Amino acid sequence: MNTIDVTQMQVQQTGKIMLVEGGHGLVRRLEAMGVRPGVKITKLSGQLMQGPIVIKVGSTQVALGFGMARKIKVLLPAPEDNL
Amino acid sequence: MKTTRDSKFKHLKKQILLMGNPNVGKSVLFTRLTGVGVIASNYPGTTVEYSIGTMGFGDHTVKVIDVPGIYTLDPTSPAEEVAVNLLEEAIEKKNSIIINVLDATNLERNLNLTLQLLKKKIPVIIALNLWDEAQHIGVKIDVHELKALLGVPVIPTVAVTGQGVNVLVDMIKQAKQGHLDFDDNKRWHEVGTITEKVQVIHHRHHTVFERLSDLTIHPITGIPIAFVVLLIAFFLIRLIGEGLINYVADPLFENLWAPVMMLISRILGADSFLHTLIIGQLFNGQIDFGQSFGILTTGLYVPLGAVLPYIFAFYLVLSFLEDSGYLPRLAVLIDKTMHIIGLHGMAIVPMFLACGCNVPGVLATRVLETRRERFIAATLMSISIPCMAQTAMIFGLLGKYGARGLLPVFITLFFVWLIAGNIMRWLVKGQSPEIFTEIPQYRIPHFSTLLKKVWMRVHWFLREALPFVLIGVLVVNILYTFGVIAFLGQLTGPMIHKLLGLPLDAVGILLIGFLRKDIAVGMLAPLGLSMKQLIIACVVLTMYFPCVATFIVLLKELGIIQMLKAALIMVGSAFLVGSVLNLLL
Repeated sequence: MNTIDVTQMQVQQTGKIMLVEGGHGLVRRLEAMGVRPGVKITKLSGQLMQGPIVIKVGSTQVALGFGMARKIKVLLPAPEDNL
Repeated sequence: MKTTRDSKFKHLKKQILLMGNPNVGKSVLFTRLTGVGVIASNYPGTTVEYSIGTMGFGDHTVKVIDVPGIYTLDPTSPAEEVAVNLLEEAIEKKNSIIINVLDATNLERNLNLTLQLLKKKIPVIIALNLWDEAQHIGVKIDVHELKALLGVPVIPTVAVTGQGVNVLVDMIKQAKQGHLDFDDNKRWHEVGTITEKVQVIHHRHHTVFERLSDLTIHPITGIPIAFVVLLIAFFLIRLIGEGLINYVADPLFENLWAPVMMLISRILGADSFLHTLIIGQLFNGQIDFGQSFGILTTGLYVPLGAVLPYIFAFYLVLSFLEDSGYLPRLAVLIDKTMHIIGLHGMAIVPMFLACGCNVPGVLATRVLETRRERFIAATLMSISIPCMAQTAMIFGLLGKYGARGLLPVFITLFFVWLIAGNIMRWLVKGQSPEIFTEIPQYRIPHFSTLLKKVWMRVHWFLREALPFVLIGVLVVNILYTFGVIAFLGQLTGPMIHKLLGLPLDAVGILLIGFLRKDIAVGMLAPLGLSMKQLIIACVVLTMYFPCVATFIVLLKELGIIQMLKAALIMVGSAFLVGSVLNLLL
């Protein structure tokens, strides 16, 4: 298992959300946008100096703060897998 | 049979609620259905105040409510609470149906809300909007299958062109309560199952807009692009504004209005009190629209001739930026900078709006989540962001000195914004959460929707501002005539003169500034001030206190105590900055 958080992902890298490690409020807000365990997530950009991160889930793009992004745990596909 | 159903509908259904996620074209559909213009935007949160319109329906009318955009019925923000409350009220009264507007390019996320709505005891009909865009990007949805699965009518629509809207209206009567049976804890699973059954996505290449989206949000390319976009926006506003003044407004006033005014002037006689009120002073026997200060001369020229062209230009450019979807991207790029003043990136949206007029700026602070953020944002824009009316007048006054006259004003205000914001960040208690916003797809703004929106905003300016300007000019003339301003000037003038280096008349101007800032800046023109004095006066006029219209919304939004705090910060910092400028320049 190769679990990292969204801030550690490379730009354009895709993984699968395993866990959202936050309070009920954060989990709910993210889920309403479709950001929830089990779905594919692609990191589109990260701003300098721990600025906000833009991710894509389904066809929705969401910008979130660095602190929020750190709470989303992602499983990267092993190199030989095709996700 | 049909008549029974019609009359039953007529008796029972008096209300239509438009519900859906943000950025799905809900407000455009609302405009189409009601014909009443409404502000329709591309960034989340503009319609926190919901709009109500009416729609002819056979021989009677129904009320149509544009409910704020929501992602879920489990509210996470004040706007979503409003939406859920509206829904609950409608369910209780049993007199409403829901048009659930979906973004066809984003079916899965949109269905999450739909499934929640179908569990409620209220008839639903679905408008599958942005249908053309979905087809364009290769998303194929089986409408019949979707209808069969959900058990309610589904109509593909393109709100911006009106395609499918007539069908939707015809089908409204067939709205039904949902009978979909699923475990609410497995809602996303159900959404997934439905999406899989009805949707096919063809493989396709990146569209131009997607490439543009990547470029504008990546820091290395995005920041230079943001600078260019803002520069172009600024130059366009200046170009359109000045163009309209030089080629439309000024010729109209000089060639058509001036002769009429001269005629009235002769009839009234130059020395009468009525002449002072209506025409004002003559310069070499002629009217000077900038300086005469009568109600029908300067009073009309300032709002219509000098300010309106800039208001139009500003809202044209801003509305384009809004509807294209650029602002949330700018918010992401500027997020770190906004943290200096204790806010996150989305605060750029109210700040931008404030450049047009502080009143909608303060109202738009509702996109911010906490009281602390709203206090900082509202106070800060009242202190350091001049509205477009005032900016236009400052340009008119200092423009002749070029950058040497203009830059000190705006650079000073920018630093005040930054420093005052940073101080408030440390002093104001409470929380400032991180940015969290959907980044909508780029869209080419729909031209007539855009114009409608610009017209709504210009119209709003005329309705709100014009009476204040006329009253302002009237009050100035009366106060001058009865010597009140001279008296106040002698009372407090020495202090103002000592601290700010301004003449005694400045006191009266500060008083009038409470009514209208643009009129107050206009009053500086006849005083024969030096460039330095003009710069100080413009800065102090911007900072010292909000105009009465802004004051009223601040009072409503912040409450008396917070408003008093904000006012103290404003007056204090205005005199501090004015004195410093007086020493430095």
